[in-house]
Amino acid sequence: MKDNDVCIRPIRKQSHFIEYTLTFSVIIWFIILVMAPVYGILREVIRNGAGIFIDSISSPAAIHSFKLTFWITVTAIFINTIFGVMLALVFVKQDFRGKIFLEGLVDLPFAVSPVVAGFMFIMLFGPNGWLGSWFGSYNIKIIYALPGMVIATLFVTLPFVAREVMPVLAEYGIEQEEAAYILGASKWQTFWKVTLPSIKWGLVYGITLTFARSIGEFGAVLVVSGSIINKTQTATLHIHQQFTDFNYAGAFTASLILAVLSFSILIIMKCVYKRKEKGYRWA
Amino acid sequence: MSVNKGDLTLRSLSLFYIGMLIILPILAITSEAFKGGLQNLWANIVSTQALYSFRLTLIAAFIIVLINIFTGTATAWVLVRYRFPLKDLMDALIDLPFAIPTVVTGIMLVTLYGPMSAAGGFLERRGIEIMFAKPGIILALLFVTFPFIVRSVQPVLLEMEPDMEEAAKTLGATPFTTFRRVVLPTLAPSILTGAALSFSRALGEFGSIAIVAGNIPMKTQVASVYIYGEIESCNNQGALGLSVVLLFFSFAVLTFMNILQARSRRYER
Amino acid sequence: MGIVVRDIYKRFGGFIAVDGVSFDVREGELVALLGPSGSGKSTILRIIAGLEIPDRGEIYLKRENVTALSPRQRKVGFVFQHYALFKHMTVEKNIAFGLEVQKRKRKDIEEKVRELIRLVKLEGYEGHYPSQLSGGQRQRVALARTLATEPSVLLLDEPFGALDAKVRDNLAKWLKELHVKLNITSVFVTHDQNEAIEISDKIVVINRGKVEQIGTAKDVYEHPNSKFVASFIGNVNVVDAVIKNGLIFIKDTDFEIIDRDIDVSVDRDIVLLVRPEDILVEKDSKQEGFPCMIQDVHYRGSFYEFNLCMGDTYIRSVKDKDDFLGKKWEKNQKAFVVFKQYKIFDASEGHWEIREKLRQLGYIE
Repeated sequence: MKDNDVCIRPIRKQSHFIEYTLTFSVIIWFIILVMAPVYGILREVIRNGAGIFIDSISSPAAIHSFKLTFWITVTAIFINTIFGVMLALVFVKQDFRGKIFLEGLVDLPFAVSPVVAGFMFIMLFGPNGWLGSWFGSYNIKIIYALPGMVIATLFVTLPFVAREVMPVLAEYGIEQEEAAYILGASKWQTFWKVTLPSIKWGLVYGITLTFARSIGEFGAVLVVSGSIINKTQTATLHIHQQFTDFNYAGAFTASLILAVLSFSILIIMKCVYKRKEKGYRWA
Repeated sequence: MSVNKGDLTLRSLSLFYIGMLIILPILAITSEAFKGGLQNLWANIVSTQALYSFRLTLIAAFIIVLINIFTGTATAWVLVRYRFPLKDLMDALIDLPFAIPTVVTGIMLVTLYGPMSAAGGFLERRGIEIMFAKPGIILALLFVTFPFIVRSVQPVLLEMEPDMEEAAKTLGATPFTTFRRVVLPTLAPSILTGAALSFSRALGEFGSIAIVAGNIPMKTQVASVYIYGEIESCNNQGALGLSVVLLFFSFAVLTFMNILQARSRRYER
Repeated sequence: MGIVVRDIYKRFGGFIAVDGVSFDVREGELVALLGPSGSGKSTILRIIAGLEIPDRGEIYLKRENVTALSPRQRKVGFVFQHYALFKHMTVEKNIAFGLEVQKRKRKDIEEKVRELIRLVKLEGYEGHYPSQLSGGQRQRVALARTLATEPSVLLLDEPFGALDAKVRDNLAKWLKELHVKLNITSVFVTHDQNEAIEISDKIVVINRGKVEQIGTAKDVYEHPNSKFVASFIGNVNVVDAVIKNGLIFIKDTDFEIIDRDIDVSVDRDIVLLVRPEDILVEKDSKQEGFPCMIQDVHYRGSFYEFNLCMGDTYIRSVKDKDDFLGKKWEKNQKAFVVFKQYKIFDASEGHWEIREKLRQLGYIE
């Protein structure tokens, strides 16, 4: 111990200044930006009281709009689950010219403005559009009608299932599938018994995202639907209509219902995400 | 490569689906836009009202991206590196803006900052307008794009081993230098990815702004609302111009992100 | 003294990682911190570097108390287990980093980098990114980057842990040569006793946050001063035994061990640690030989290895090739063993845990 002509110095303390400042600022920002608006709508609905709450959601128009949203969502989930899995299978397991380009196109609905998306479908399926005139000659109406709204919803939710399933499939699917083939399973058996269980959580997550986006979609559906009350008005369009008609109580209550619904979806998403762990996370 | 029947069927069906939902609509809108001639299209784009709305959208998008780069990175940092009460709850609620329908977002902001609310009334008396004015647009965009950078930076930060930073420290770098030269370059691709996503979302956002902005031409009308107005008034030609411009930006953002991904792969082992 | 570690403690939550560790490293010495994973050896190294703050105790570098200094101020070189190279920088930039943050002159930096690249034999790789290098090359870049700042001491955390065996041996020899050439005070952490024995001047054996023994490789191998050191250094047989009524028996047998150095006044369970080379295998019974059965014989080049079974106890022994070929050993043959040398420890010291550890390390089955 001859080396230490000791003067005992206090052991270095880690400075927490940056940590505390940063944490505090972030929490404040989060509360002002995200939590305050949630509080705003809760307060508004509570202030208006339960009476108006029940009145405004039991109007035929409101009920119809929620029903419509429900059916469009169910249809979109059904179709996009099938095609999403199919796209994922094709992109992960097959190789062909132009694949990379097509794969990039699958992301496009994330990047396109919903209004522009809706407008594209008017151009294609509208009375004077390329396909619209053909459908028109058989008296099938797509734009300003239910089929158009479903198509618009399909477009905006197209990437979710495909994008969630692709990484999972790439990671687990293929080796196990090959094992199943070698054990003599048919392609169909392999799909149901091996592929599907291995992509299960990715699929569930993709479906949850599709669900959330479908019930919340506004711009694209607004453009193609014409927002006809009791006919082509979905829940979000109903809220918009109520708002522009200065029927705030109705708009707030319907908003609260959708917000609660979205919140529940968020919780489900979190639970599913925990089990899934892998995959894309941008919604 | 030999292709069996089942694979070929799947591939054709996939192509058909993408073709019907993505490729054909894009072709339809672009061909329609260019049908009237380039000059006509250009005139639509640079018409005073269209140009104003587009410029407003661009500026707003740049502002929120700049803000998000700081707040998003800081939020991700705090969520990954520090511990504080209710952290898990906050982490879960970060995605709320993704889950809530945009119209509802707009309504929520109006209830909070609108003229009839306490906060809105207070600010209005001091001459600060939020709702039905430009700050409202920024606020709505900040809300809907908040999760993008947080969610793209967070996993990278989580996977980042502390040893690179410790190495920099033992080599004599100050905390600031360590952050600038070691942490930031590692995070940069994910920050940029999140920024690109925020940017494209901000350019295209419609629902929340339609409610919040008041949509006064030459004042608070953004590009998507302008396009919607033109479609509503059956002026498809007017709508086509900006639609094509927005579509072009969507492609640009996607390309940018693909390049980013290819580049960041280079450093991976 | 190059490095003095004085009585350091470090606790992570409820886990005591370092429990009162002290040792010295002389100027220019190459010291190994040897211990199993989780023994706290890496934490000690990180405390010397200033990457962890000890709860108690002091660190002196070149006679200066640096306990309160940040890693940056200590000017130590630290080589990380997984290299910790900056992925987004080229080899050249990685090596230059420490010099750049010191704001050295551009020309000096270039010169120094060139010199170091030559030293670690990476000419031609200047513009490569870490992802384009092999494990051994990355380790050499990490070393060059550390040496660039001319640290007064060099700390290496499992420097060869992530490399495959062949690269590891070459690099270990090369590090030894480099150490001789640069004569820089160095401490490295390892769980591999061969590595420690091969290249270090001195070994500090660490277990459960405490120093078990300090000495040269020869000291530690030949005079282990605790059960742990004996079991950790070299392959060791663990034989359970009991002391009953003043006599020592191998557990569950009536084989008696005669040992006058042991206190037999208290009945208790004990453990014998016997090195394979200290076990004599004979065909005929001598006075103190224990009967056993040969389970397996393996050819190991210059020697033969036996797996023997004494009742429920399995032991390993080795025999020289010549000795082996003289007598015909076969499987399932009866034989007798004599323990020429062994260490005895109380089982209450927690030998079961040691046994588990040995099992994990693959010394016993």
